[in-house]
Amino acid sequence: MSPSVPLQEMIRAIRSARTQCEERGVIQRECAAIRAQFRQTDNGGRSHNLAKLLYVHMLGYPAHFGQMECVRMIASPRYSEKRVGYLGAMMLLDEKQDASLLITNSIKNDLSHSNQYVQSLALCTLACMGSAEMCRDLAPEIDRLLQSANSYIKKKAALCAVHIVRKVQDLGELFIPAARSLLSEKNHGVLHGAVVLITELCERNPETLKRFRKTVPDLVQIMKGLIISGYSPEHDVSGISDPFLQVRILRLLRILGRNSESASDAMNDLLAQVATNTDSTKTVGNAVLYETVLTVLDIKSESGLRVLAVNILGRFLLNSDRNIRYIAMTSLQKIVGTDHNAVQRHRGTIVDCLKDQDASVKRRALELSLALVSASNIRSMIKELLLFLSSCPPELKAQATSGIFIAAERYAPSKRWHIDTILHVLTTAGGDVRDETVPNLIHLITNASELHCYTVHKLYRALVTDISQQSLVQVACWCIGEYGDLLLKGECQETEPVQVSEDDVLDALETVLQSHMSSSTTRGFALTATMKLSTRITDNVDRIRSIVSIYGSCIDVELQQRAVEYNALFKKYDHMRAAVLERMPLMERNSSGNTNGEATAETITETNSSKVTQEDRVPAPPPQQQPAKQTYDLLDLLGGSSEPLQQIPAAQTLPINTSGSAGGDLLDLLGGLEPSPATPAPSVTVYEKDGVTLTLSCEQQSDSSLAVTLTATNASESDISGFTLQAAVPKSVQLNMKAPSRDSLPARGAAQMTQLVMLNNPNKVNLKMRIRISYTRQGSAFQDMVQVDSLPGLS
Amino acid sequence: MIKAILIFNNHGKPRLSKFYEHYNEDTEQQIIRETFHLVSKRDENVCNFLEGGMLIGGSDYKLIYRHYATLYFVFCVDSSESELGILDLIQVFVETLDKCFENVCELDLIFHVDKVHNILAEMVMGGMVLETNMNEIITQVDAQNKMEKAETFIFQSTRQDR
Repeated sequence: MSPSVPLQEMIRAIRSARTQCEERGVIQRECAAIRAQFRQTDNGGRSHNLAKLLYVHMLGYPAHFGQMECVRMIASPRYSEKRVGYLGAMMLLDEKQDASLLITNSIKNDLSHSNQYVQSLALCTLACMGSAEMCRDLAPEIDRLLQSANSYIKKKAALCAVHIVRKVQDLGELFIPAARSLLSEKNHGVLHGAVVLITELCERNPETLKRFRKTVPDLVQIMKGLIISGYSPEHDVSGISDPFLQVRILRLLRILGRNSESASDAMNDLLAQVATNTDSTKTVGNAVLYETVLTVLDIKSESGLRVLAVNILGRFLLNSDRNIRYIAMTSLQKIVGTDHNAVQRHRGTIVDCLKDQDASVKRRALELSLALVSASNIRSMIKELLLFLSSCPPELKAQATSGIFIAAERYAPSKRWHIDTILHVLTTAGGDVRDETVPNLIHLITNASELHCYTVHKLYRALVTDISQQSLVQVACWCIGEYGDLLLKGECQETEPVQVSEDDVLDALETVLQSHMSSSTTRGFALTATMKLSTRITDNVDRIRSIVSIYGSCIDVELQQRAVEYNALFKKYDHMRAAVLERMPLMERNSSGNTNGEATAETITETNSSKVTQEDRVPAPPPQQQPAKQTYDLLDLLGGSSEPLQQIPAAQTLPINTSGSAGGDLLDLLGGLEPSPATPAPSVTVYEKDGVTLTLSCEQQSDSSLAVTLTATNASESDISGFTLQAAVPKSVQLNMKAPSRDSLPARGAAQMTQLVMLNNPNKVNLKMRIRISYTRQGSAFQDMVQVDSLPGLS
Repeated sequence: MIKAILIFNNHGKPRLSKFYEHYNEDTEQQIIRETFHLVSKRDENVCNFLEGGMLIGGSDYKLIYRHYATLYFVFCVDSSESELGILDLIQVFVETLDKCFENVCELDLIFHVDKVHNILAEMVMGGMVLETNMNEIITQVDAQNKMEKAETFIFQSTRQDR
């Protein structure tokens, strides 16, 4: 009776269950029976139970209670039980379980068993789930087995050694001599294992790589033997003699020949021979050819050989078998950096592959096309890519859009073309672009001042057609707000003039405001744009006023806030409205890393001249102007004190809302506008009261880190104890307070206390610090707070 | 390195699942489901390589699969394996199964899972290809089966003696 009959009965029972519920019931009964049997002592059917458990595990039900049983079975003397036990160990155990340590001893014993199959079971299990400790313990055993006479064991030991090297890199040294000697084996299995082992050793350790370079002639010899020798039926796969071994050797040659002239020379002939003689009508032939091509392109081969290799790849590209085309594109991707011109020759075929039905081929073609874009072919390539975008599978859209943007930015022949391209992408795939696109595009448009008229006409037309693509709508609203007067003038050199009336424009913006499809950010854009138009149009200001006041009671807090402020602008501050809403000046772009980790707008730093002119025209705006919802992180931290930020022209706060969260932006604005203190004195007294003096000095450690030293002295007549300092800094700054030197201050300045505070200011915000001082004097506790607005000694 | 070998049928039921890296049971089932989803959507005449499975480990890994009648054989490999080589390996695996089970069909795989595991253990070990010569594999598997049968026979005969 074969041991798996009870297993088959259980499988039949499970299969006959008609619903998932029934199946679960059957499995639960079986598991209960198995658990009961495990608790019993030795009986004949142990292996059946474990086999059943493993089947149940494959179906997805919990099977962890079988782990100890595996350990017991492995220790059993019977082969059938050992076999199932090891299989269970491979499936149920891993290095994180404690039970895996228990099998180390069994594996050790089995490795020296007289029966080769038992040895092979142990080797297999060790290679699959051996932990680092087990590998360390058993490595000498494996080394011994590598030198045994049995080729079956040798090949398994070789792969086990690979696993050991992967887990514990240092043990690689142990296997080098054995690996070397294995290369002279005749058995293909052993050779294969040896080549894999040497590959792994060379990849991990460059020293070993140098030592194995000497084996290149041996490897070349083996390959020649494989290619030239006559038909050998055991290793033949469709006419090629042991292609797996050939591929492995070629890969090893590639690693050995990289960066080495002498090794590469030795291989040149062989590679030429393989490349020309291999039959490429079957997949196996192509596999070997492919590996050869990769090797040729990676080592320092002679130019004739390289040309041959690229031609082979070109042939692959035209092959009707999609697999081959896929492979060809994968390898072209690898060499597009180094042999750019050679790959350019095949650009036409690659672009055709973009239209292939197969998603994998499309993906490869997209990556390769993006890599092939250059200044000379930018227009045609982008045209093809835009065509691709309209029929592209959804998982590739994001990659395609960002690739197109990057390429367009690098090689754009003209600003107008650039803007057109971005608009085209937004209309086709607006939902999949990244968040930074909107501010980037706005920045681009602002800087192309001669194209404002053209851009706003185009965007208006796009807006009227379709308001579902959020990025497009946001940009369109912003532009209409800024350049609405150009739109209404109606004439434009670059496109056909279209008569747009003020009502049409306001209708369009109102549609955006009221549509269900608009996100809250988009609505914000639209409302601000409507407001800006109040200075640019003449007749319908009342309409704008009514729109704005409607939104004063909107549920969305952000919109409500804006509407209320704009209302205020109409009512109380009408004299300032024109100045506040005038056109935005040219922006400089900061790198977008500055905003507290959110992928939002770039910060806008003003050039000095425009700042001055703004300040002239807008005298210190009263505090109500400032949108209180924009939490100045700094103020929040320092207790919400409403310091009037007089230096900031309110004009900038309104149109900057490119996306909802702007706290970080404002902080950077603060940083940009306040002049950094230029006090040469390194230390400054920040607090002086009741005889307690606190001084602060700074030292810039590096670009963003600062060391602040706080020194406290007590000049009064009574001692102070329990003196502690606490500090708070703006949100984006990291604070690290070191231990103070002492916590008591004796009277009359007999000793002072110092404390070091390390600040890390990666966003380069303006540093402020609020320090709380607490101490006990004559039995009564005392607390005070001081704010330091500018740290001295900052460069 | 081969990360996992999966065999499932046209409805997604797993017939063999061998993972060469440890995942917990829920993740394993999720991987099987996700792979089935990706593979079953493929047309008949597209290429056999798939990228884009998220669970099994990111951008370096791809799925190489072959569809035979009612079964999908899927190997999940990383970039150190030759893709065309793995395709051939799947072919060798299926041919070996065919020889061992005499015209193998899905039922054979269902009822003799342990035997399939043993054959696979002779071909792929620890995520690396061990032996690709069909005859060699079959010889070893036969020898091991004989050993097992001999043991059972001895065991049974000693039982009868009592």
